[in-house]
Amino acid sequence: MSLGKEIGRATRQFAGYSGVAWRGPSLTLLIAWRNLVHDRIRFGVTLVGIAFSTILVGIQLGMLLNFLQTTSTVVDRAGANIWVAAHGVPSVDLATPIDGRRRFQSVAVEGVAAAEPYLLHFGFWKRADGIRQIVILIGVEPGAEMGLPLTLPAGQSFREALSSPDGIIIDRLYAEKLGVTGLNQLVEINDRRARVVGFTDGIRTFTQSPYVFTSLRNARWLLGRSDDVITYVLIRVVAGQDPAAVIERLSARMPDVDVMTSREFASSSQKYWLLTTGAGISIICSSLLALFVGVVIVAQTLYASTMDRLPEYAVIRAMGGPRWYLYKIVIEQAVIGGVIGSAVGIAAVLVLVYLGRNMSSPPLVPAWLALGIGAVTVVMCVGASLVSISKITSIDPVKVFR
Amino acid sequence: MKRAVISASGVSHSFDTGPTPVTVLRDIDVEVYAGELLMLVGPSGSGKTTLLHILGRLLSPSSGVVTLYGKNTQALGEEELAALRLKYFGFIFQAYNLFPVLTATENVMVMLDLLGVSRQIARNRARELLKSVGLGHRLDAFPSQLSSGQRQRVAIARALAGDPKILMADEPTAALDAESGLRAIELLQILAHQQERAVVIVTHDPRILHFGDRVIHLEDGQIAERLAAPRDLSPQHAMGAL
Ligand SMILES: Nc1ncnc2c1ncn2[C@@H]1O[C@H](COP(=O)(O)OP(=O)(O)OP(=O)(O)O)[C@@H](O)[C@H]1O
Ligand SMILES: [Mg+2]
Repeated sequence: MSLGKEIGRATRQFAGYSGVAWRGPSLTLLIAWRNLVHDRIRFGVTLVGIAFSTILVGIQLGMLLNFLQTTSTVVDRAGANIWVAAHGVPSVDLATPIDGRRRFQSVAVEGVAAAEPYLLHFGFWKRADGIRQIVILIGVEPGAEMGLPLTLPAGQSFREALSSPDGIIIDRLYAEKLGVTGLNQLVEINDRRARVVGFTDGIRTFTQSPYVFTSLRNARWLLGRSDDVITYVLIRVVAGQDPAAVIERLSARMPDVDVMTSREFASSSQKYWLLTTGAGISIICSSLLALFVGVVIVAQTLYASTMDRLPEYAVIRAMGGPRWYLYKIVIEQAVIGGVIGSAVGIAAVLVLVYLGRNMSSPPLVPAWLALGIGAVTVVMCVGASLVSISKITSIDPVKVFR
Repeated sequence: MKRAVISASGVSHSFDTGPTPVTVLRDIDVEVYAGELLMLVGPSGSGKTTLLHILGRLLSPSSGVVTLYGKNTQALGEEELAALRLKYFGFIFQAYNLFPVLTATENVMVMLDLLGVSRQIARNRARELLKSVGLGHRLDAFPSQLSSGQRQRVAIARALAGDPKILMADEPTAALDAESGLRAIELLQILAHQQERAVVIVTHDPRILHFGDRVIHLEDGQIAERLAAPRDLSPQHAMGAL
């Protein structure tokens, strides 16, 4: 066969063939991948940049989530539908007292199934070595159905533990901090004696002052308070009753206190710490900053890689390739970098979270947060490709060929 | 009478990138026919490349009309012109501009990908094309592993992949030694004569002038001379040389 015929056959055999069949992954993905791995150092820098940004964002948002969760732990775990608090209480830990009669006023309201007193106050804990710690004392009635963390280790019951006259319960996490080595150890709170009768698991505190659970009676005694003072009334509504309607009736009956759902109280406690302390704002700002630094690194390396390929991209334009074909290459490069970099970063975050699980405030990174950070990172990487895309938009195929 | 594939009439062009506009083409009339190898020659700076770009619809002239198969292309936008180039033109550039990160086969496949050909079919077709230009043994080589003559042939295969009616080459032999240059031109001649493609070549190279069916001599942006060169090499003769 002559050369001419052979070329003719080779070219015509497929002439007019358009992609009717399954097209398979586009060649742009291959070009994008090869562009990335072609310059390994640059690819490495890109990945390290993305991974570090992901790690920073992941750990910081994880801490934030932990803060948010711990600030409302006692509310979330109390199992009440409605909380009655002194007017203007900003956060569950920063309580002011209310009159003990509020409990009886609440019980009388239609739709209330149970109303229980809850006392919360700071106290001074003295360790055996004389060092003092601030703790948050929480007192509930021994028979209470609400207000207690439901994480007491098996074999123990709160009722039993709290029915002993001087009994207190602390969390294992803070045993060392409070100098407690075992059950039945005698301790001093506000210069009065108490006995450790049980341990909870995982009741963390945002303020770093450990929670100490005890009976209402004992709490009053330790705090040296008169008999009818409480901090909150915890309310369970009758099954099937609309809590909003019950809240309305409670507020009508007691206009000078705050009545809110458990969820409202939890989120107002969270918001208080988030917004007023500045801790939340600064964490969010530094997360954004980390994200921004990551974007700058990606934009930079992607731009350099695009500049390297400008002559080839111009050829594609000259051959008649549409611009979007080139955009696709660059965006795919960004997505590949983003996916790999953030996967590495998230893996590192999860390892760090695992290693730090026993710290007093370990970052909390649930699946939705990890995936969310990954998604945001990839989106930011695509955003970073805009600089390169603007460069491609201005490619003039003619310029390259002189 | 043969119908022109491309017809340019009254084409003038000036670049106004500098402080004063530079007129590089003045009132040019050119027709390009299927099955014919047209050579554009002339001294450096005479406007050959600019004219090739205008004929290849990479550049719009300042004035004048360029028609493709009788249709005026003046009013088309950038993306429409790109689609036109994709459909009708194959370009072979002096610098080849192959993707360094893609193999010879993949470089040819890019053109087919632009045309929407599926990956598997594109691969087979790219291989056949490369074999037909004598690169069957270097299918998976990267451009950096190829000689400049071989790279040139990859570029030719890429230009041919879309089965274009028109082939345009700017100084296709400039980077090649005499032997490879000759082979490349012979290949282009075959594509014109045996396959009825229109081939336009810009060149400086006096050794290849006689391959042209017609030679247009540019000087200072104007056509100085039109020559109908004798075909002193028949296609069969050319085959022998390959
Ligand atoms: N983008 C541009 N802006 C300004 N002047 C330009 C531009 N492109 C080309 N020119 C000028 O136009 C004239 C013709 O250029 P062109 O590239 O067409 O010449 P050529 O005949 O191909 O030359 P060579 O043989 O050296 O490639 C030259 O004087 C050149 O300097
Ligand atoms: Mg030139």
